[in-house]
Amino acid sequence: MFLEDFIPGDRVMLGSHTFTAEEIIAFAGTHDPQPFHIDPEAARRSHFGGLVASGWHTAAIWMRLNVAYMGHVARARLASGESMGRMGPSPGFRDMKWTKPVHAGDTLAYGVEIVEARASASRPGWGVLTHRAFATNQKGEEVFSFIGTVMVERRPD
Amino acid sequence: MTLFFEDFPPGETAEYGDRIVSREEIIAFAARYDPQPMHLDETAAAKTLLGGLAASGWHTACLLMRMNADQMLRDSTSMGAPGIDELKWLRPVHPGDRLRVRRATLEARPSNSRPEMGLVSFLFEVLNQRGETVMTQRNTIMFGRRNGETG
Repeated sequence: MFLEDFIPGDRVMLGSHTFTAEEIIAFAGTHDPQPFHIDPEAARRSHFGGLVASGWHTAAIWMRLNVAYMGHVARARLASGESMGRMGPSPGFRDMKWTKPVHAGDTLAYGVEIVEARASASRPGWGVLTHRAFATNQKGEEVFSFIGTVMVERRPD
Repeated sequence: MTLFFEDFPPGETAEYGDRIVSREEIIAFAARYDPQPMHLDETAAAKTLLGGLAASGWHTACLLMRMNADQMLRDSTSMGAPGIDELKWLRPVHPGDRLRVRRATLEARPSNSRPEMGLVSFLFEVLNQRGETVMTQRNTIMFGRRNGETG
């Protein structure tokens, strides 16, 4: 799979994840120790009305599911004798939106859609893939999204 | 001292944080959230564009989050952030790198819809021990106002 194989408009679901209170508290205890992420009682009194996941926790689970999905695609292609281009790193992202809180017990369905695939001006043989990442909760509400970029190898001539 | 919206005047800058990033934590974070070779294995990482074992960019973002939480959010009226306008991963973070934060307050405005709250926009730069910027992040954080209802 190479840059040329990513078609703008293509959309895949990556999998889902349920955020338990224990996991929300453990992640935030290390990375984002604000009261509404680590203390159920303080969270209940906050404007969130209960424990909510750190936005970085929501994002990290997207990355985990995305890496797992791409690994699955790579193994399938290599098994059928096709070659696989290298991916990564990412120059960054924009417009990350934590649209709605992710509460303890929520289950998010994660996905990604291709926005653009273009050749890199500065790195011969590589391209920049732009994608839109998203997650929806069990009520079908979109709670998370961002526009990301990643370096992807171009198909050899 | 609890920090309020009014404690972040536009134009102010601050530097804080002192965080040495270990090989073990780079691998532990990546194994859980970003298990790609450049974040897990020195030999495989040497062949990638990063040129050696490097932290997941999501890990670097979490390290900034923690330094911000400790310096300005834990004892504040923070009500969270609606998102991140832009984040750039400019240089790899390698084992042993020592990180700190440079913060600039870009804009501060009271919320129109919620008078008890104000919105402050920041530009955060994560610097390494050589003074190189490894990551930048621009975003807005919501804070309670000193004379408003909070929490």
